[in-house]
Amino acid sequence: MTMRVDLPEETIAGVLAKAFGNRSFLIGLIITSAVVAVALLSFLWTPYDVTRLVIADRTQAPSPAHWFGTDHFGRDILSMIMVGARNSIAVALVAVGIGMGIGVPLGAFAAARGGMADEALMRVNDLVFAFPALLSAVMITAIFGPGAVNAIIAIGIFNIPVFARVARAGALAIWPREFILAARAAGKGMTRISIEHILPNIATLLLVQGTIQFALGILAEAGLSYVGLGAQPPMPSWGRMLFDAQTRMVTAPWMAIFPGMAIVITVLGLNLLGDGIADILDPKSRRRR
Amino acid sequence: MTAYLLKRLIIAALTLVLASIVVFAVMEILPGDPARLMLGLNASADQVEVLRNQMGLNAPLIPRYLHWAGGLLSLDFGRSYTYSVPVIDLVRERIAVSLPLALIALALSTIIAIPVGVFSASRQGRAGDTLAMGAAQLGVAVPNFWFALILIYVFAVWLRLVPAGGFPGWSAGIWPALKSLILPAVALALPQAAILGRVARSALIEVLNEDYIRTARAKGLPYRAVLWRHALRNAMIPVLTILGLQFAFLLAGTIIIENVFYLPGLGRLIFQAITQRDLIVVESIVMLLVAAVILINLIVDFSYAIVDPRLRGRQ
Repeated sequence: MTMRVDLPEETIAGVLAKAFGNRSFLIGLIITSAVVAVALLSFLWTPYDVTRLVIADRTQAPSPAHWFGTDHFGRDILSMIMVGARNSIAVALVAVGIGMGIGVPLGAFAAARGGMADEALMRVNDLVFAFPALLSAVMITAIFGPGAVNAIIAIGIFNIPVFARVARAGALAIWPREFILAARAAGKGMTRISIEHILPNIATLLLVQGTIQFALGILAEAGLSYVGLGAQPPMPSWGRMLFDAQTRMVTAPWMAIFPGMAIVITVLGLNLLGDGIADILDPKSRRRR
Repeated sequence: MTAYLLKRLIIAALTLVLASIVVFAVMEILPGDPARLMLGLNASADQVEVLRNQMGLNAPLIPRYLHWAGGLLSLDFGRSYTYSVPVIDLVRERIAVSLPLALIALALSTIIAIPVGVFSASRQGRAGDTLAMGAAQLGVAVPNFWFALILIYVFAVWLRLVPAGGFPGWSAGIWPALKSLILPAVALALPQAAILGRVARSALIEVLNEDYIRTARAKGLPYRAVLWRHALRNAMIPVLTILGLQFAFLLAGTIIIENVFYLPGLGRLIFQAITQRDLIVVESIVMLLVAAVILINLIVDFSYAIVDPRLRGRQ
């Protein structure tokens, strides 16, 4: 895993041309945009109201009226998946925001200061990494009770050391460069150099890591909701839908199949997007293809 | 090498101590009085007070922590509030399910991932590679508990080859017990294998571009020998790193998978303990899993030194 951060002199048009020639990036972008569009659409319109229970329509197989069938309360699965997309995206996005917002400054600071500050930060990183994400989520839920907000906090906390590590590694590679030396000679301070020169140069690394963590966040949120620690009913969430489906696998397999596919497609799209961005911006990986 | 290993050992010990302080602190914040919980609602305040004294709950914070941490070291986790048996007995019973499950999953994931990685790397860019990596890309995106549901549907409900859930216990014989762990292990292993396969492939490709590989080929070694003997060994560092992370992930992953398959493992125990507010069980399991993760990372660090002779010289 080499971290190349130096962008060759490239025009924006050149990068765009390369982006649209990259298959992973294109497919990833299309899938991700589609998922986001569906989530946004759900604010304005869904085929059925997800809060209305129609017992007469319960556990119906997919049909022209209900494309993905209905659940045990007669709710339309397609509509629930659309609304569930909101929840998944919101949780994962905020969790990435927490990780970036706290992790990146910490990592940049450690790289800039070095010495004891760096060592201390890496040890705290080790500490957080010692708690598997799911385990810390379980602990956080044990304290504050289950809910979407606590799921966000749990996933977000785990994201902090990830971004701190990436930011630190990226920044360490930039600090010895000449233009940083020039900036120091010009009398700029550590903070200013970090913000004005280091950050722009590690932005692409952070973007790639961001898409990966976004995808992992969606998976983690689904897992937490599945065991009842995430979003609480009646708020539809993909993980919760799978939990409801579990005991009805034999009689209503569609209840499990479609929400699961929604998760797979979303995560797949984000991963492809991340791979694509890394490919486009990293000359080394392109040579490998 | 001794200096390197010593440094890793000290860091691991330090992390463990810090982790125990965090867990202890978290459990202190938690609402609910264990003594009140054990005695029930009808107990008088005096009775609760007596039990609090007995349990050492009235002692000052630091002695209480030291007592708890000291107990952990000698595997004395205290007594469960709800079951009134030593926590270690509960844990021992449950670990006999969770640990074999995680180990089988890890073995499965490695057995699948390494050959796939080697296959893909040696056919870089060709149809086989594209196909394998496409499958891996898909595998990474599949949530293991959903995959578990599909497996149950196909192999337990439809084909009736294995039980859909539950665990007969090791006393029922090795085979029936193993049989009920197969599906959970596969569900845990496949997504992990997808990640590991991708890492193995890219690590190998990186190595295959090195000069010494060309040298090995130039001196007449067959491609297969170069691939398996020279390249794979040098690609092991990133693979080992991921493998270590994955074991931690698998241990935690059992928490969810055990719920899918109704397996009486640590994961089920921790959920029961949370709903029953049996905090001493929760903190014991959390500490145990955290210690396992730290230990695994230490083993990975040590194995770097074995795989990569260059590290032995460094501090």
